[in-house]
Amino acid sequence: MGSPAEKRSFPRGLAHACPIGTLDPPVGGLTGAVLALKLRTRRQLLLLRAWRKRDELASVQDYTRQIAPDDVLCFLCVRNEADRLPHFLRHHRALGVRHFLAVDNGSTDGTAELLLGQSDVSLWSTKASYKASRFGMDWLTWLMIRHGSGHWCLTLDADELLIYPYWKTRPLAALTGWLEGQGRDSFGALTVDMYPEVAVSEGQVGPDDDPIRHLGWFDAGNYQTQVQPRMRNLWVQGGARARAFFADAPRRAPTLNKTPLVRWHWRYAYVNSTHTLLPGRLNEVYATDGGELTSGVILHTKFLPGIAARSAEEKVRGEHFGNAAQYVAYYDRLTGNPMLHTLASNRYTGWRQMEALGLMSRGGWI
Amino acid sequence: MTLGVIMLCHAALDRTAQLARHWAMHGCPVVIHVDARSPQAQFDSLRTALKDLPDIRFTRRLPCEWGTFEIVQATLEAASRMLAEFPQVDRVLLASGSCLPIKPVRALQAHLAAHPDTDFIESVTTADVGWTIGGLNEERFTLRFPFKWKSQRRLFDGYVRLQRFFRLRRRLPPGLVPHLGSQWWCLTRPTLQAILQHPDRARIDRYFKLVWIPDESYFQSLVRQVSNRIESRSLTLSKFDYQGRPYIFYDDHLHLLRQADAFIARKAWPQAQLLYDTFLTPDGDRAHAAAPSPGKINRLFAKAVERRVNGRPGLYMQSRFPIHARRGTQSAAPYGVFSGFGALVPEFKPWLSRALDARVHGHLFAFDRVQFADGETVFKGGLSDSPTLRDYNPRSFLTNLIWNTKGETQCFQFGPEDEQEIAPFIASDPNASIFVVSGAFAIPLWQSGRSAAEVRAEAARLQKVESDFIDLLKGPETKARTRIWSLTEFIENPAEPLEQLADLLNPRAAHRTGELPLLVDLHGFGSFLQDLRNQGMAPVLMGDFPSDADLALPSPPFARPRVVR
Repeated sequence: MGSPAEKRSFPRGLAHACPIGTLDPPVGGLTGAVLALKLRTRRQLLLLRAWRKRDELASVQDYTRQIAPDDVLCFLCVRNEADRLPHFLRHHRALGVRHFLAVDNGSTDGTAELLLGQSDVSLWSTKASYKASRFGMDWLTWLMIRHGSGHWCLTLDADELLIYPYWKTRPLAALTGWLEGQGRDSFGALTVDMYPEVAVSEGQVGPDDDPIRHLGWFDAGNYQTQVQPRMRNLWVQGGARARAFFADAPRRAPTLNKTPLVRWHWRYAYVNSTHTLLPGRLNEVYATDGGELTSGVILHTKFLPGIAARSAEEKVRGEHFGNAAQYVAYYDRLTGNPMLHTLASNRYTGWRQMEALGLMSRGGWI
Repeated sequence: MTLGVIMLCHAALDRTAQLARHWAMHGCPVVIHVDARSPQAQFDSLRTALKDLPDIRFTRRLPCEWGTFEIVQATLEAASRMLAEFPQVDRVLLASGSCLPIKPVRALQAHLAAHPDTDFIESVTTADVGWTIGGLNEERFTLRFPFKWKSQRRLFDGYVRLQRFFRLRRRLPPGLVPHLGSQWWCLTRPTLQAILQHPDRARIDRYFKLVWIPDESYFQSLVRQVSNRIESRSLTLSKFDYQGRPYIFYDDHLHLLRQADAFIARKAWPQAQLLYDTFLTPDGDRAHAAAPSPGKINRLFAKAVERRVNGRPGLYMQSRFPIHARRGTQSAAPYGVFSGFGALVPEFKPWLSRALDARVHGHLFAFDRVQFADGETVFKGGLSDSPTLRDYNPRSFLTNLIWNTKGETQCFQFGPEDEQEIAPFIASDPNASIFVVSGAFAIPLWQSGRSAAEVRAEAARLQKVESDFIDLLKGPETKARTRIWSLTEFIENPAEPLEQLADLLNPRAAHRTGELPLLVDLHGFGSFLQDLRNQGMAPVLMGDFPSDADLALPSPPFARPRVVR
């Protein structure tokens, strides 16, 4: 959420964020070199952090020997997601994820037991602070250093379902092969908040149900796009949450662009959830020449019926945002069982619809 | 007639084995070249897998980096092996390890038998070829390329620049006219023989060793010297993206491939199980498409290139964000912006909506609220009427609005009383048509009933904002269509501006402007302006507004006779 890059204002005069039509090519020359050096240091510090947090992780189930050289891996950090994980695993297995590397952050609802039963899941557990671990990213970075290098790695939350062009007929290996052929090492996806036709706490969805049947609606055309020139990363906000909860403070609205799929190298590091990563070239998942690159959508299943209780709990824990106090109102609104559906909402019918609406693109992929 | 197949392979050798077996089962001798960079273990298992087939040969393994002469060398060696060891072969097909026969092999054989002595090879002179890859076209033949494009890119580029700078050019071997074309061909034995035994072959090979991507030009050029019947089209369907990389076919392309008029498709994805299962049956694919429609395939690929290169105009999203220099400020469709009309013509919005068949919004950029048409609070696509949300990123707001409503013209009111940040964007957008009646901002002030002394400061502020806006519209950066009338010009002849804007925005619906709306009664406005002057302000944007005595309007609203169209 928001952006941490503001405090370090180098180079001076570089806009914090560039709206449509104002982005210039990357800074070059000496300034560019100094900027690159600063970002390099930042990346190294992130790796160091991950290394120092490695002891917080206790291995519970380690099947990582099964990982074959070309496997697509999925990294996730979970807490009390037993209701979502069965479908999450099923969806991404069907896409061709060969191994899941999960960190369980003190679940009490049987999440760990659920994961222990799976032969393609390696599990670590920790009771340490989620917030102090950069919202789980330090732990995942460590696991990625250990196991991710050389693989295409998918980093997701349990309430995120990745879809991409042709996902029903082509596995992830086809996508990653295409990306490699294009010389790309990263793949961008827009988080789309899915919500029900009724108030968010109504209805019932079982752990094995497809949550998208219940969460069948989304906002199609209210996404605000900017690019932050320092790391050349996108900063997309908007969607249902911005409309319903952040109309008074749009800057604080959740960041929706993610780069969840990366051909990993142990030197890489996610900076801000999976929104931004270093080295910065991996953030350029968009075309600047007017064309379109291939991109996907993350269907966000946050608004399942349990959301109200969960928000009440998270507000108390205060583990979720950099400045949790600012988000008290947001949690209160969520706890109050809001209605997100409006007459302007769109019903989800598939990736081709998402593409036609301009939320994702096939790019040049046929 | 016997067809021999040369296969150049480097990866997915299990599929190579399957393909080679398929060819061999149909009586085609196969000569296989495997890239020297492929692991030895895979090569060994390929050999083992094909051990039972007598008519399969393997040639010396050369490292074939893309764009280098080794690929041609490997082809030449395989070709001479083919001709020497299989005397019955009279046609030779060059294929890769991922070239999938999409028609029965028998159909291919029949096609070749029906066209005896014909060489199927795409061969086009450099002048006629559209594709320039890496910015090089004819220079592929006139410069030297000792460095590899993939692994020695800097040296490659530097050496090209160096040669250009010193204007170094190579001399072509005598009689050679450079031709380009698809690497995948099917030649007759005499033609291939003539190329292999070309009297000048040593010199030609030396020349082509320093040509860039010789596999697309070696045979294509030489065949012009030795063949007397060339059909310049490849039997292999092979599509390239705009950067010259071949497209890959997946399972979901099955239907498409059935409509192709080619015999072989490149490249099939090694894991496309359905494609291999369907096409590699003993009889080939049984389900025949009604008729080949290669046009459909071409359109599909042209569309993909278009999407990748030009994208959808007016769309700004996670994978399309044009930089400043690339005409970044464009919206998806034409739209109209109206300043001052609402104050002058009370029924302006309904009239405009009827005249243009458009969605007419109020002041979208008003400070207090986004005034969507019909007072909606959430507009199409989920756009909120919150001014804070809009002002956080006004450019996204506007481009989203236009994108969300494609197929329906959008119009909105915009005046000096609104948030102005969007103004430069609108002005620089060729899709915008901006109509301004300058000075009309004073009418609501006058109607408010407050005295000139009270509203003077406000009037001065609005006039400043509006004159800045007009300066912007007259500036060099403006690409929008603009029409500006002063208030005085407008009330002298209101029909003309209204007709003009209807014509401009919706030329076909011009007849609908039939009845024109009534103007607001401006009696007393002249003295209000005089009062403002007396208070020390100079209202200039209204033009030379007539005093109340001279104001004949608006009793007969439109004096001009209407022309029936």
